[in-house]
Amino acid sequence: MNEAASDIIHFDNVGLRYGTQPEVLRDLSFTLHPGSFYFLTGASGAGKTSLLKLLYLAQKPSRGAIRMYGNDVITLPREQLPQMRRRLGVVFQDFRLVNHLSAFDNVALPLRIAGVTEAELQTPVTDMLDWVGLSHRIDAVPATMSGGEQQRVAIARAVIGRPDLLVADEPTGNVDPEMAIKLLRLFEALNRLGTTVVVATHDVHLLQKVPNSLIMRLDKGRLSDPTGALRYPPRPSGPGTATAKATKSGGDS
Amino acid sequence: MKLPPLIGRSLNRGLAPLGGENAASLIPRARLTGPVPWVLAIMIALTVLATAGGLALSNLANSARSDLSGALTVQIVEADQELLAQQSEAAQRILTDNPAVQSLRAVPQAELDALLEPWLGTGNAVDSVPMPALIDVQLRDAADAQQIDQLQAALAEQIPNVRVDAQSDWLRPVYSALSALQYLAAVLVILLAATSAAAVWLAVRSSFAAHRETIEIVHLLGGRDDQIARIFQRSVAIDALIGGIIGLTAGLLGVMLIGSRFAGLDSGMVAGGGLGMLDWIAIAAIPFAAILIAMLTARLNVMAALRRMI
Ligand SMILES: Nc1ncnc2c1ncn2[C@@H]1O[C@H](COP(=O)(O)OP(=O)(O)OP(=O)(O)O)[C@@H](O)[C@H]1O
Ligand SMILES: [Mg+2]
Repeated sequence: MNEAASDIIHFDNVGLRYGTQPEVLRDLSFTLHPGSFYFLTGASGAGKTSLLKLLYLAQKPSRGAIRMYGNDVITLPREQLPQMRRRLGVVFQDFRLVNHLSAFDNVALPLRIAGVTEAELQTPVTDMLDWVGLSHRIDAVPATMSGGEQQRVAIARAVIGRPDLLVADEPTGNVDPEMAIKLLRLFEALNRLGTTVVVATHDVHLLQKVPNSLIMRLDKGRLSDPTGALRYPPRPSGPGTATAKATKSGGDS
Repeated sequence: MKLPPLIGRSLNRGLAPLGGENAASLIPRARLTGPVPWVLAIMIALTVLATAGGLALSNLANSARSDLSGALTVQIVEADQELLAQQSEAAQRILTDNPAVQSLRAVPQAELDALLEPWLGTGNAVDSVPMPALIDVQLRDAADAQQIDQLQAALAEQIPNVRVDAQSDWLRPVYSALSALQYLAAVLVILLAATSAAAVWLAVRSSFAAHRETIEIVHLLGGRDDQIARIFQRSVAIDALIGGIIGLTAGLLGVMLIGSRFAGLDSGMVAGGGLGMLDWIAIAAIPFAAILIAMLTARLNVMAALRRMI
C-alpha cells in the first residue's frame, strides 16, 4: 500500500453487540483505501447499518480496534470526535432531517456547524438543491416532502461539505431508477475529487453502475470475504469478472 | 452531465461556534406556544407576590418587636403642683436606681402643654387644670408583665397615685400573631420558590424532549457538546426571559395593588411593613434566579443526553 497511513480506515477484528444480545457484527477486519468506492451489500438484518454506524462514529465497537485518519477511535478523547465527524458525510437510512428546518437549512446545517459564514454557504446550498432537483422545494420542511425528496435533501446535506469519507445507507431506496443513477453520479464525482465512498445497498443493479467499485458483502454479521478480494471487475474487462459474479450471488444485469 | 456544485475544501472548517441566527434557526421559533415561558411567568409572579408579602410581614414584625422592646410610661397624678414635682423627682430617683432601667426622661411641661393644646387651647389653662407628670422609661430588655408590676409596686410605696403602662401593651397579642405569621410566610416563600424551581426544571425538561432528535443530528454532523449545549441554553434563556418579564410585571402589579390598599389604611403599624431597597433587590432577583435555573436545566439535560452518545 502506498497511501499514507493517516488516510486509511482500518478495522481490526471488530465485533459489535447491542446490550446483552449476541454480536451483530463479528470479526470484521478490513481496510478502506482513500479515494476508493465501496458498495456494502447483504440481506436485511445482516448488519449493514451497524457497520456504517461504526464508520460514522455513532457507535463504538464492543471489541476490536478501529483506526481512522491516524487515530484510534476507541481511545480518542471525546472532544476530538467532532473534528473527525466533520470530515464525514452521512446519508442515514432514515434520513434524519431536522423536522422544523427547511430543505435549505437542513443542507446548510453541517456547514453552519463547521462555522461557514452565511455569505459563503448561500450559493453552494442553493446550487446543490438545484442539482438534486429540489430548487422548487427549497423552503419546504421535511413533513411536506415525499420520501424521495427527503432522501435527496439528506444526500445534499451529506455531500455539501465535500467530506473525506461519504457513508450512505440505502441512498437510492426511495427514488426512481433515473434519479438513482443521477445520485450515483454525484457520489462518483465526489469520489473523483478524492472522497472515499461507502454505499450500503440491497440493489444489486446499482453495483454495476459504478466502474472500479469494490464490493463488501455482509452475511449474518461477517464479511464474506474480508481480504478485500471482492473487487468488482473494472470495465471494460478484467480477469476477476467471473469470480466476482460468482461471489455476488446473482448480481448481474 | 453538469458536475454538482460541491463546496470547496478551502472553506473555513474551523471549530467556530454556531452562533447568532444560525443557532436560533435550530430551534423552532414559535416560542410562546411552548410551556416554558408561561410556566416561568406564573411561577415568577407567584414567587414575587409571596416574597413581597413575606418580606413586608417580616419588616412589620421586626418594627413591632422594636416598639415592644421595653418602652414604659410612668404617670403621676397629683393636684398639688408642688407635691407633684416632689413625687416626680422621687420617682425619677427610684427609677434611676432600678437596674432594669436603661434611661428615662421626664416629659417637660412644654411638651405636655403642646399635647393638651388641641383640647384646652393656649393660655394659662395649665394653671387651672391639674396636669399629671409623665416620665418616659426605656428598659434594658423587653418589658414583661411581672417587671411592670414590680416597678409599679416599688413606685407606689412612695407615690400613691402612680401608674406604669407598657406603651404598646395593647398591641402585644397582634405582634405575637404577626411573628407567628412571619415564620409561616418564610416557610411559604421557601416552598413556593422550591416548587417554582421544580416547575421550571420540568418545563424545560419536557420541552427538551422534543429537541432530542435535533441534538442527536447536530451531534452526528460534528457539533461539539458545549456548542450544542449553548444553542439550547440560549434558546431556553430567551424563553425564560420572556416568561420572566411577564411574571415579574404581573407579580409587581399585584404587589402595587395590595400595597396601595394598605397605604390607604394610613396606619403606623402598616407603615413599618413597607419594602426597603434590599427587599426590592431580592424581588428583582427572582426572575434572574428562574432564568438561571432554566439555563442550568437545559445545559444539564443536553449534556446528559450527549453523554449517552459517543
Ligand atoms: N439499536 C439496536 N438495538 C438492538 N439491536 C439492533 C439495533 N440496531 C440493529 N439491531 C439488530 O442488529 C442486526 C443488524 O441490524 P442492521 O440495522 O445493522 O441491519 P441492516 O443490514 O442495516 O438491515 P436493513 O437492510 O434492513 O437496513 C439486526 O438483527 C437488528 O435487529
Ligand atoms: Mg440498514
